[in-house]
Amino acid sequence: MKKTTLLIAGALAATLAAFAPAHASGTEKPPRVSWSFAGPFGTFDRAQLQRGFKVYREVCSSCHAMSRVAFRNLAEPGGPGFSEAQIKALAAEYKIKDGPNDQGEMFERPGRPADRFPAPFPNENAARAANGGAYPPDFSVLAKARTYERGFPWFLFDIVTQYQEQGPDYIHALLTGYADPPQGFPLQPGQSYNKYMAGNAIAMPKPLSDGQVEYPKGPDGKPAAPETVDQYAKDVTAFMMWAAEPHLEARKAMGFKVILFLIVFAGLLYFTKKKIWARVHDEAHA
Amino acid sequence: MSGHSTYVPKSPVMKWFESRLPLFGLIHSSFVAYPTPRNLNYLWTFGGILSFMLVAQIVTGIVLVMHYTPHATMAFSSVEHIMRDVNYGWLLRYLHANGASMFFIAVYIHMFRGMYYGSYKAPREVLWILGVIIFLLMMATAFMGYVLPWGQMSFWGATVITNLFSALPIVGEPIVTWLWGGYSVDNPTLNRFFSLHYLLPFMIAGVVALHVWALHVVGQNNPTGVDIKNPAKDAVPFTPYATVKDAFGLVCFLVVFAWFVFYVPNYLGHADNYTEANPAVTPAHIVPEWYFLPFYAILRAIPNKLMGVIAMFSSIAVLVFLPWLDTSKVRSAVYRPLFKQFFWVFVAVCVGLGYLGAMPPEGGYVIAARVLTAYYFIHFLVILPLLGLFETPRPVPASIADAVLAKHGGGAAAAVAMGAASAPSKK
Ligand code: HEC
Ligand code: HEM
Repeated sequence: MKKTTLLIAGALAATLAAFAPAHASGTEKPPRVSWSFAGPFGTFDRAQLQRGFKVYREVCSSCHAMSRVAFRNLAEPGGPGFSEAQIKALAAEYKIKDGPNDQGEMFERPGRPADRFPAPFPNENAARAANGGAYPPDFSVLAKARTYERGFPWFLFDIVTQYQEQGPDYIHALLTGYADPPQGFPLQPGQSYNKYMAGNAIAMPKPLSDGQVEYPKGPDGKPAAPETVDQYAKDVTAFMMWAAEPHLEARKAMGFKVILFLIVFAGLLYFTKKKIWARVHDEAHA
Repeated sequence: MSGHSTYVPKSPVMKWFESRLPLFGLIHSSFVAYPTPRNLNYLWTFGGILSFMLVAQIVTGIVLVMHYTPHATMAFSSVEHIMRDVNYGWLLRYLHANGASMFFIAVYIHMFRGMYYGSYKAPREVLWILGVIIFLLMMATAFMGYVLPWGQMSFWGATVITNLFSALPIVGEPIVTWLWGGYSVDNPTLNRFFSLHYLLPFMIAGVVALHVWALHVVGQNNPTGVDIKNPAKDAVPFTPYATVKDAFGLVCFLVVFAWFVFYVPNYLGHADNYTEANPAVTPAHIVPEWYFLPFYAILRAIPNKLMGVIAMFSSIAVLVFLPWLDTSKVRSAVYRPLFKQFFWVFVAVCVGLGYLGAMPPEGGYVIAARVLTAYYFIHFLVILPLLGLFETPRPVPASIADAVLAKHGGGAAAAVAMGAASAPSKK
């Protein structure tokens, strides 16, 4: 009886699989990167976030805004771990539009820690005009706004393995995925070929190249991390993940305690239940 | 059903109060003395889990509202404000967003439980129909809640679903305009959805009260489907027996809930909803939340839009008639060998429809969705009515106590379960 059910269910699954058309898309699956913030005990690597911030500031921020992140966030627990003094100095390097003043005029002043990162363009149209009609998306939540298709059955395993880094993996892949287009691949002026972008044509010129950003030097005079496209991409992506989920560390740390508590509590309830129900079962056998 | 109040107020204040409003007597008879079948399995803990989830959604929702702004230009930013700046705002929002999914997981288990054990059959028809009403209200609530963060999927989901009404002849277009409060999904739509999203959970709470009342009139079903004949042998008092079992079931459920909230909080959502709503950019795939997928698959399986909408609503409406479509006198699938198999096929069909609802409506997916949609309706309209006439059920035990004894391999009868609670343990 059970067997028939299984058979029918199996037949159903097979039918479904047979009907499923092969996925016709030219984009490759992003390779997995091992992120420090993955998994149940994941935390951000402070030095990596600081390097990633440097990449953002020196390269990406000329096109991409990050309007929901305030300077002060960079000093908050669970983030890049800058000191208050560093943040003050950093904020002061930016010009923030404020006002109106007593005369009714807008004015510019040096930034304060509570200010949010100013956008490189006054509005979306200006950003598009400067980028050949394409809009460089805001970085604030971008790492959570991108993903890629995992497909059956992997998407089910992801619940248990806690694979949640589709967004970062995609962004890292995108930044390292520039290549020469195949023969005859149609590209509009201003577009580049990218293995991972949907449709393979991206309006962002290859933003990173080896040696472009200077990393802090270690005691031996060598950079603390390789000054390569791959490393830049990892670092800036980790930074973007923090920007998108600034409380990630607090969340995972709390999760461990909560789940531990619930499991112990469940255990106690189980034995209480057993004890109470024992009376009923005893008498059933009496 | 027995179980009338045996509650005796002790203090003079309580006596005074009880003679004016017998509230504690009602609580006592409903949640303490209430005789509950002694053979319930853990599938029966989902009623309590659902009640807990409703309260959890209301509590997290009310606190979210304190920080949320229902305006097309500010909603997305206010949700990000909750995630970043509000103390434990990320926790509140992830609890609420994943809580909705957990609510649906629980309700689907609860409903399939009812279908397996024939809990919708006489005298529980009204109880079952009240459940279907709760399910409908939940779907409306969750749909409108998903619009509130005003992401791309919020906006486009709302556009697609409200547009369904345009399939109605003549009145369709005016109805859609009326729903939107304009000529597209926009701020007026967001505002009314917010208002209704706040209102509906309290309506659910009201219907839940009726649902529990109906339950306490007709009594719980149980895995044998046999009624309680002798409460002393077949039943145990709700407290402590059901209370402690429900508590254990709930805490196990909360472990799963916590796993999602703390470790994979965006798993059940869509990445696109982290991009602010933009009427000028249509996402590549507009996919509803997972709990709507089987119905979405039915909708898209039918080539004609109006017929698709009708099929989708009928797939839920048919549940109302289930008590009369199932012609078998035997309640529980345990004693219905054929029904049991068809039940599991039906579950597989629902899961398959859910999978197809997430796939693009093209090629083989459409054909598969049509086959499964047809089967979905055949299950209710053909198989269930005929099965009751042609199936030979296995012999049903004379009483719950007999079934329990048979299972535990015990010989003699005589269980004094009811007495076990009133008299302290005799060991
Ligand atoms: C010269 C301007 C410019 C710079 C500098 C730049 N970008 Fe972009 N970026 C764009 C534009 C334009 C787009 C939109 C591309 C499109 O839609 O085809 C974009 C899109 C993106 C996307 C989204 C791709 C998608 O899936 O839609 C990511 C991620 C991204 N950029 C990351 C970065 C990072 C990281 C840096 C710094 C290392 C950077 N960008 C530097 C202009 C720029
Ligand atoms: C039946 C119970 C409820 C269900 C199933 C439900 C469901 C949902 C869903 C699916 C969302 C979208 C979550 C997201 O992706 O962000 C949401 C958002 C929201 N809900 Fe509810 N909800 C319920 C009760 C309530 C109540 C009672 C309130 C208020 C009193 C409330 C207030 C909110 C608010 C303010 C939001 C927007 C914030 C956000 O998106 O997180 N909800 N709800």
